[in-house]
Amino acid sequence: MLYDGGKIVFGLLIFIVFVTLPFTLSIGKEYYKPKVEINTPQIMKLPEAERKCVESKEFMRREHMKMLIDWRDAVVREGKTLYVNSQGKTFNMSLQNTCMHCHSNKSKFCDECHNYVKVKPYCWDCHIEPKENIKKEAGL
Amino acid sequence: MLELALKGSPRYWGWLFFLAILIGAAFITYLYQFQIGLGITGMSRDVSWGLYIGQFTFLVGVAASAVTIVLPYYLHNYKKYGRIAVLGEFLAVPSILMCMLFIFVDLGQPMRVLNVLLHPTPNSIMFYDMIVLSGYLILNLLCGWVILMAEKKGAPPPKWIKPFLYIAICWAPSIHIVTAFLYQGLPGRDYWMTAIMAAKFLSSAFASGPSLLVILCMIVRKFTNFDPGKEAIQTLAKTAAYFLLVTIAFYLFEVFTAFYSGITSHQYSIIYLFKGLEGYSKLVPVMSICVLLAAIGLIILITPPLRKWEVTLAIGAASTFLCMWLEKGITLVVGGFIPNPFERVFEYWPTLPEAIITIGVWAVGFFVLTLLYKIASTVKEKAVFDKYGEKQIKVSV
Amino acid sequence: MSNINRREFLKILGIGAFIGLGGWSLFEVVGRGEIEAFVERYRKAPEALHAKRWAMVIDLKKLNPKIINDCTEACHRIHNVPKILNPKEEIKWIWEEKFKNAFPELKDEYMAPEIKNMSVLVLCNHCENPPCVRVCPTKATFKRKDGIVMMDMHRCIGCRFCMAGCPYGARSFNWRDPRQYVKNENPEFPFRMKGVVEKCTFCYERIDRGLPPACVEVSNGAIIYGDIADPNSEVRKVLSSNFAIRRKAKLGTKPSVYYLI
Repeated sequence: MLYDGGKIVFGLLIFIVFVTLPFTLSIGKEYYKPKVEINTPQIMKLPEAERKCVESKEFMRREHMKMLIDWRDAVVREGKTLYVNSQGKTFNMSLQNTCMHCHSNKSKFCDECHNYVKVKPYCWDCHIEPKENIKKEAGL
Repeated sequence: MLELALKGSPRYWGWLFFLAILIGAAFITYLYQFQIGLGITGMSRDVSWGLYIGQFTFLVGVAASAVTIVLPYYLHNYKKYGRIAVLGEFLAVPSILMCMLFIFVDLGQPMRVLNVLLHPTPNSIMFYDMIVLSGYLILNLLCGWVILMAEKKGAPPPKWIKPFLYIAICWAPSIHIVTAFLYQGLPGRDYWMTAIMAAKFLSSAFASGPSLLVILCMIVRKFTNFDPGKEAIQTLAKTAAYFLLVTIAFYLFEVFTAFYSGITSHQYSIIYLFKGLEGYSKLVPVMSICVLLAAIGLIILITPPLRKWEVTLAIGAASTFLCMWLEKGITLVVGGFIPNPFERVFEYWPTLPEAIITIGVWAVGFFVLTLLYKIASTVKEKAVFDKYGEKQIKVSV
Repeated sequence: MSNINRREFLKILGIGAFIGLGGWSLFEVVGRGEIEAFVERYRKAPEALHAKRWAMVIDLKKLNPKIINDCTEACHRIHNVPKILNPKEEIKWIWEEKFKNAFPELKDEYMAPEIKNMSVLVLCNHCENPPCVRVCPTKATFKRKDGIVMMDMHRCIGCRFCMAGCPYGARSFNWRDPRQYVKNENPEFPFRMKGVVEKCTFCYERIDRGLPPACVEVSNGAIIYGDIADPNSEVRKVLSSNFAIRRKAKLGTKPSVYYLI
């Protein structure tokens, strides 16, 4: 016999309802998939064959956060500013001046996925994001 | 044993509820500070530490002062402290907790606090402070708990606890010495850069801690059936008296060195605190009260009849405690920053949000202290006799 | 195993958890090794400037209000240093002080007023023996191999121990979000966030790209810089032929910023 069985079961029920809320609340709602855009003017300017990030798409998708942290430490702590990629090409390591130079659409590039997975990197607390949505700003 | 904290009188619950309200208010204020930044405090570019770090410094001392009970009891078998050893240990626990909280609320980027562990830096005194504080917290919780548990069961404490007791005794001074090293190793802060800082920290700790314990013992005796013992209280008062005397002497040594040597940069902070500098004198009233309290405390504690009469003793102990609190908790830290490296005076006074957060952290400490003392006193009440066969409950009941 | 009691079960569970955690951290370390191999991909720019120990000489005779203004403006503009008017929350990397404040131990009541009140540019001294680096609990401030005392604003926890440690008042704390106080931001350099300490970084970002510090560039010759470990450098030549002083030299911090008077 379970002492206070009723109370315990009732408590468990409440718990289950709570933890399953994200699922139950989204029943019937449209499935949202992040749509990342990489068609910025800066990227489109490049010839088709050169439209590549510093590393492969798969690597960047998986490792960009680690890479940014390693870049950061290399630049800030070791004074090394150049990155030689797997193809032997050299890049200036800078979130603001290299990454965002091509990916000038933060809202459609960074935020799209970050919002989807609900992560909030604090990069933008300090680093200046490229000016996009000039129309929106003018409207404010 | 924790369940003992769950049964209590309405007054007990009322007190806890009152503390909970203070904690809640402080928590909301802290969220505000978290949002805006430390700009909501009175601290500035020139006085970059204030009330928070002052409280931290003071409370490390209170925590360390547990040794003034534990050492006579365990090393010299001073039997009168048998009953209250646990009160000392259980005072150290919330004190350290408050120290940690005060450091935390003082951080500009609290979310990154684990960087201290992620990038351990043995050349920073802060690194050692972290180690000694956490070690001391664990040691006191362990020793206090195990011994009280044994008393509850009516059995002698297990043998394996002994080494921990001795380690805790050696550990206690270390926490305050390391805290003093935070200050006394800084070039260019003349008020702090003195070798007597660590010694003065210890002596003032051993004055303020026992004073607080005198008051706490009286409170415990008033509100519970557990009697810490008149003689134990008297010995605590004597300890406080000697160390208050030593602390005042150490301070005067400092004044002598600064003024007899004639080195002006060593005098500035002292002049600022007692007389004001260049017309700035916000802390002069604080320092004056501090001197007055020291005088009251000293006169009462060193005069046997006044020390023995518990009404005056309570006043003397409270004066001593408050005096040390004002000295270490406010003037020591702020005074060290004045004047600034350009010999300009920028003053400091805590803001309301800063005060609320400070009170809230103290409330957390008193909350934990109340729970631990409730457990301890209940165990003692039930055991009736102490280890030496003497009644440890009030005879009248 | 049928007679295993709860106590033993918990013990085994505890040991298991301990080994598990240990294994995890081992994995972390090995994993880190992989990333270390990666590090060779990071290189210094070929145009980067090198020195054993960077130093600066500020010629006070050559300073004038315009140069002082140019230096502070240039530095604060390119580094997005906020302009906060409240002196309690002020943030400054390089700024003007009077001689008597910059060198309080040298002031004298009979000193000529024009010397006493002479303008001095002060900044982080990039000490050879920096107390701020010594006290930092996270290595957020550290000394580079070339002597620059650097600030890693990503790592700073905002304990402000370095501000208490610095005898030169060279460090500023972000008491609130600085962004709103920056006008005309430099899009090539970041801001800082609230709750971190900042200071002059000897323009590490320019040095590493082969450029002199910004203040040197706009100072019209009033500030020179170079490798003080190199006997043939300009700073060494100036120091060997002039009387130079350093701020609070008796503290043993060995500042790398010299002043000619």
